[in-house]
Amino acid sequence: MNAAHSATADDHAHDHDDHKPGFFARWFMSTNHKDIGTLYIIFSILAGLIGGLFSMFMRLELQEPGVQFLTDAAGNPDGQLWNMFITAHGLIMVFFVVMPGLIGGFGNWFVPLMIGAPDMAFPRLNNISFWLIVPAFLLLIMSAMIGAEVMDVTYWTETLNERGMIIGDWFGRGAGTGWTIYPPLSSTGYGHDSIAVDMAIFALHLAGASSILGAANFITTIFNMRAPGMTLHKMPLFVWGMLVTAFLLVLAVPVLGGAITMLLTDRNFGTDFFNFAGGGDPILFQHLFWFFGHPEVYIMILPAFGIISHIVSTFSKKAIFGYLGMAYAMVAIGFVGFIVWAHHMYTVGMDVNVRAYFTAATLIIAVPTGIKIFSWIATMWGGSIEFKTPMLWAIGFIFLFTVGGVTGVVLANAGMDVALHDTYYVVAHFHYVLSLGAVFALFAGFYYWIGKMSGRQYPEWMGCLHFWTTFVGVNLVFFPQHFLGLAGMPRRYIDYPDAFEGWNMVSSYGAYMTGASTLFFVVVVFYTLFFGRRAEANYWNVQPQSMTLEWTVSSPPPFHQFDIQPAVK
Amino acid sequence: MAENIEYTTTGKPHPYHLVRPNVWPLISSFAGGFFCLMMLLYFPGYREALAAGGTELPFPTGPLIGALAIMICMFFWWKDVIYESVVEKAHTKIAEVGFRYGMALFIASEVMFFVAFFWAFFASSLFPAESIGYVWPPVNIHTIPAFDLPFLMTMILLLSGCTVTWAHHAILEGDNESAVKGLGLSVLLGVLFLGFQVYEYAHAHFGFTEGIFPSTFFMATGFHGFHVFVGTVFLYVCYRRAQLGHFTTEKHFGFEAAAWYWHFVDVVWLFLFIAVYWWGSEVGMDHTALHGVEAPVADGAAHH
Repeated sequence: MNAAHSATADDHAHDHDDHKPGFFARWFMSTNHKDIGTLYIIFSILAGLIGGLFSMFMRLELQEPGVQFLTDAAGNPDGQLWNMFITAHGLIMVFFVVMPGLIGGFGNWFVPLMIGAPDMAFPRLNNISFWLIVPAFLLLIMSAMIGAEVMDVTYWTETLNERGMIIGDWFGRGAGTGWTIYPPLSSTGYGHDSIAVDMAIFALHLAGASSILGAANFITTIFNMRAPGMTLHKMPLFVWGMLVTAFLLVLAVPVLGGAITMLLTDRNFGTDFFNFAGGGDPILFQHLFWFFGHPEVYIMILPAFGIISHIVSTFSKKAIFGYLGMAYAMVAIGFVGFIVWAHHMYTVGMDVNVRAYFTAATLIIAVPTGIKIFSWIATMWGGSIEFKTPMLWAIGFIFLFTVGGVTGVVLANAGMDVALHDTYYVVAHFHYVLSLGAVFALFAGFYYWIGKMSGRQYPEWMGCLHFWTTFVGVNLVFFPQHFLGLAGMPRRYIDYPDAFEGWNMVSSYGAYMTGASTLFFVVVVFYTLFFGRRAEANYWNVQPQSMTLEWTVSSPPPFHQFDIQPAVK
Repeated sequence: MAENIEYTTTGKPHPYHLVRPNVWPLISSFAGGFFCLMMLLYFPGYREALAAGGTELPFPTGPLIGALAIMICMFFWWKDVIYESVVEKAHTKIAEVGFRYGMALFIASEVMFFVAFFWAFFASSLFPAESIGYVWPPVNIHTIPAFDLPFLMTMILLLSGCTVTWAHHAILEGDNESAVKGLGLSVLLGVLFLGFQVYEYAHAHFGFTEGIFPSTFFMATGFHGFHVFVGTVFLYVCYRRAQLGHFTTEKHFGFEAAAWYWHFVDVVWLFLFIAVYWWGSEVGMDHTALHGVEAPVADGAAHH
């Protein structure tokens, strides 16, 4: 052991010159948590633009009653094309935007920095976690773009020569199952004979493997590589969030893997897991899916909670209120998150007692979530608040996530949900917690840390403009959807009765505003990277009570930080 | 960010192992993607669709290349790991603790994978559907007697657990010769188990596509069988490494990981044996009395 120790120490003597490998080795063979984090963030932004493009098309179609854009060659409404759009939008946003951004991007960048570690525990595994989502994403895009017709060469020649270019030709019979891929809609014979669903399944297998490996890496890093003296109760809240998230990933994602494996054999090899005629049960898939799916929504929001805690503390110039309560609230949310899954299934015919249980268990989650909301407010209370861009996003997050949380309390009640299930009220609810929650935290984290990551700072007015246009835009998109849902407009339809026209138009205009705002964000990114002013190590002037270790290293940090190990008192 | 925290320095270099840039993660990922894509083309339905369009895929070249590529990646990746451990002595004490966390978490995720298949099994067997006569095992299913071959397979796996433990103690005692023997025996027992499983599948009186019982049975036991295969390969790698003298009394985590994995596979089998083979195959009540219907003659009975 001693020999090994001194060998490592010798290596460090050589490493101090901050030597970076060549281009290919650095970006394609990376074993550096910061470079891999950067790759994740770039991937997340690109996938976000693609996923956002799908939602722009959807809002364009829904702006007015009738089917204007998503038509087949003969000009008839193409419902399958619509279904493909909602499927691709959902899967891309969940698996290829929010998760890679929050977990792969910020998690990779800042977990090792915050705990005083030189890198992740398993750097090679870290790299395969990133690269696995690339073929996964390609498979998913293919699943959206092709269908059974792709097997037929004449289809393509006919398409290109005679039919011209309409949207339907490019996307064919893509997977239109929704991100939930419920059988029998996703089964052969009833819903989808197309190869597209199998491609989506394999895409999820690969993305799932990436998540599981990444999660094991985070847990190991956090448990094993904290600076001496940093007990769990002294650990920054973002690291706490990532720790709980990683446990949820390790325990939930494999269940999805099992479920989609059974779906795959049902579709291709004649098993009967979800086929009632053979003794199976389609509801079984829903149970398995949501046993994964509910923890999954906390997987997307817990890292966000962590980021918001840091930003609120920094810009209020106060220590976070109730640090331990904040940490254990996340643990509680993670734990309870595993025993509430069937609240997504109130209308499948479950026993009333079962629904009573899931209602009660779900409402319990409001308690630790309330602890978090009130502790953020208490942190701001009496603080010397600076409304810099990250703080705007963080306050926006707290406000809008609370709105989504409150509608969640409404939907948690089985009696209410029976009426609101599969309406736009649900769409509004989960977009308030995800696109106005998790995505706001993505932007908050981006503006908070871009100076640290790139060494360059964005112009404050650009960040503010991006925030306010997005804030107004997304609220225009999603707040009217509450009204539409309460009025009975069902989700996942390409068309609607004329009575719903007004609020749909408002919602669509909001979407265009958000889309323009997002394009402006791309401008902000490039402007910052090329022309942003240089950032100092602690450019937010983070005070001791909010201090975390990333502010003690240069911006950007050296290729390998903490060659000399930090310690915590 | 908790209150009263002060950051200082230990003044000493960190004790962790930093890894050089490495190409295998990249290649492994795309090998995995290629494998998935190729398998899709060879799924029965799509293969037929391709054949109808004039493209015959006679031999599964694509999936084989994909699988081979994945295995080559694994070989070279883990060769690098072993090199860093044995030659470079880079795996510090604390790095090894990290490996323990990593392996334990990997096994935890595998447990949850099996949870999905057990969930399917219990959902189907505790609440049997109309189409299988409201009973479990379903009417028409001629089950495999638990205390014939499956019990022998249980004994084989338990025995292999003993031989692995023998090898472990031998390594701790510095008795490498016995360690090699113990590992070699474990590998042989693993192969024997797999052989019996192939025999069992070949002689089962129900086919993969004949309803929910075969679905759950073959998925759960098949997924387990795949894990036995992986574990056997893992043990074989340890067998070769023991022959090369890689394991010392102080440092032999590669072996321990294989042993953990093997015990995990063993425990899953015990659950499979009790739930699927024993309870799930014999507990069925007399459905004729319960539903007042004539029991159809089992297809499998014709073979006897």
